[in-house]
Amino acid sequence: MAITTTGRPEAPPGGPRDVLAARRRRSAAHGLGVVAALLAAFSVYAIIDGGFQLYLQRVADGVLNGFLYGMVALALVLVFKATGVINFAQGAMGMVGTFLAFTFAEKWSLPLVLAIVVAMVVSAGAAAGIERVLIRPFDPGNHLAITIVTLALYLAFNALAALIWGFDPRGFPTLFPHDAGDFFSIGGARLYYTSVGTAVLILVVVVVLQLVLSRTKLGLAFRCVATSVESSRLLGIHIGRTVQSSWAMAAAVGTLAGCLAAPTTYLDPTFMDKILIYAFAAATLGGLDSIAGSVVGGVLVGLAIALLTGYIPALGGQFGLGCAFFVIIAVLQFKPAGLLGRRSQERV
Amino acid sequence: MSTLLELRGLRAFYGEVECLHGVDLTADEGEVVVVLGANGAGKTTLLRSVCRLVRTEGTITFGGEPLDGRSTYDVVRRGVSLVPQGRGTLAELSVEDNIRAGGYIRKDKDVRADTDYWYDVFPRLAQRRSTSAGSLSGGEQQMLAIARAMMSNPKLLLLDEPSLGLAPIVVRQLFDVLARVCAERGVAMVVVEQNAALALDLARRGYVLEAGTVAVAGPAEQLRDDESVRRAYLGY
Repeated sequence: MAITTTGRPEAPPGGPRDVLAARRRRSAAHGLGVVAALLAAFSVYAIIDGGFQLYLQRVADGVLNGFLYGMVALALVLVFKATGVINFAQGAMGMVGTFLAFTFAEKWSLPLVLAIVVAMVVSAGAAAGIERVLIRPFDPGNHLAITIVTLALYLAFNALAALIWGFDPRGFPTLFPHDAGDFFSIGGARLYYTSVGTAVLILVVVVVLQLVLSRTKLGLAFRCVATSVESSRLLGIHIGRTVQSSWAMAAAVGTLAGCLAAPTTYLDPTFMDKILIYAFAAATLGGLDSIAGSVVGGVLVGLAIALLTGYIPALGGQFGLGCAFFVIIAVLQFKPAGLLGRRSQERV
Repeated sequence: MSTLLELRGLRAFYGEVECLHGVDLTADEGEVVVVLGANGAGKTTLLRSVCRLVRTEGTITFGGEPLDGRSTYDVVRRGVSLVPQGRGTLAELSVEDNIRAGGYIRKDKDVRADTDYWYDVFPRLAQRRSTSAGSLSGGEQQMLAIARAMMSNPKLLLLDEPSLGLAPIVVRQLFDVLARVCAERGVAMVVVEQNAALALDLARRGYVLEAGTVAVAGPAEQLRDDESVRRAYLGY
């Protein structure tokens, strides 16, 4: 006994089957088109101004830095997807995780790879505990309260790190060969193994997370909770535990991002703050609920900063933060869902 | 037949406002019970009370164990499944993912077979597997909501106005399928309906809610002949 009619006229054959997906694709293509046009226009100016080789170097630097911003943005997106809240403590959590890796590597002389993995596991566990104790008691619908808890966490982590490790900047070892000669060139632009290795590692993480979210039961629960808390409850999904795993995954990703950023920025209790702001810009640009969008956003923010500060001397070398704010405001004004994000679009 | 669901003196609250004032209701295993009532009588609240989505006083017993004080998560895992009014499908997820989410709590091997079963019942859903649920028509969304609710293999299915916004021919087919499936699998149903004539055909017993209390209760035939029910809900 099959029910074959819905009482609705049949859709014309060949027409778009999935109206929402088609609309989303159009919107993303449109946004990316605008960004590409802006980029192309500025590139022409840049090449005329400083020559092709310098341009290529700046693009390479921007893109590779951008992957790092994208990775922190990814951690923000993981928590946002499951809770609808921006975790302002994300940078500070990554910072503490990086200090842990530093301690494991220096004091206990663990190999660096192992130290980082252990730090990732420890910070995931700690984040799960924090979620249980400080986040879960609040109504998941009360975003403001939870956001303020994350702000408090940010302050607490900064104070804790200052107390334990102090404010003196420290060097952090890198995972990849990093001597002066460890680079390869493309068209005269130098691509250092460290930066390229970082970018590749981040892409691997993104692909793995994307697979986890689209193929596993945990990923299904994530997406259900992100769409509707009440419907998820009615499906027998444990909201608290799902949110908890998003916090744990985000903390691990944040720690890895911290460990990859620390060799170039030096390690102190505030080293992730600037990166977090760039990550906010990246996540906003890519779409706060899009894993792939966070990386695309990160790369674009990295590019924008490298090109604008590189070619407009009036902006000076410190204008990166200004660029980030500009990106955030422009996106919220013209494309609030971000390039690849989806606002909930429902047929009424 | 033993009693599956039993409500005794159920009172429900939204904030300080009391919406149900002491409702008694039972449903046996595999039995179909219909709840009729005007808008605002408390039908939806009744179903939401069983799922622990509103604050209640009084007792709710399911399969001999109390449900009051338990969480929605717990209630669903004990075998209660709700098709909410307005369907509650996850608009951004594909049809396939919605169905998978329906079987989220199951660990047995029959999930795959069950999925195929529901695609056979609703070929429209099979055709639109990878489409996002939000772009389905109203009728398709209702089919999806029912298939999803049944995927958890419930003992008790709560349906909140399944006929809302559907073409009459679809409603008739839908009710036929529901009647057959529930008889086959021994699933009890509590159906809240405006379409009283249809619902009374499906159900064995019925309740009429008025302003948060049970006004009339009895076997379906008796309700159909009841003067006040006829005038208010059947329109003749």
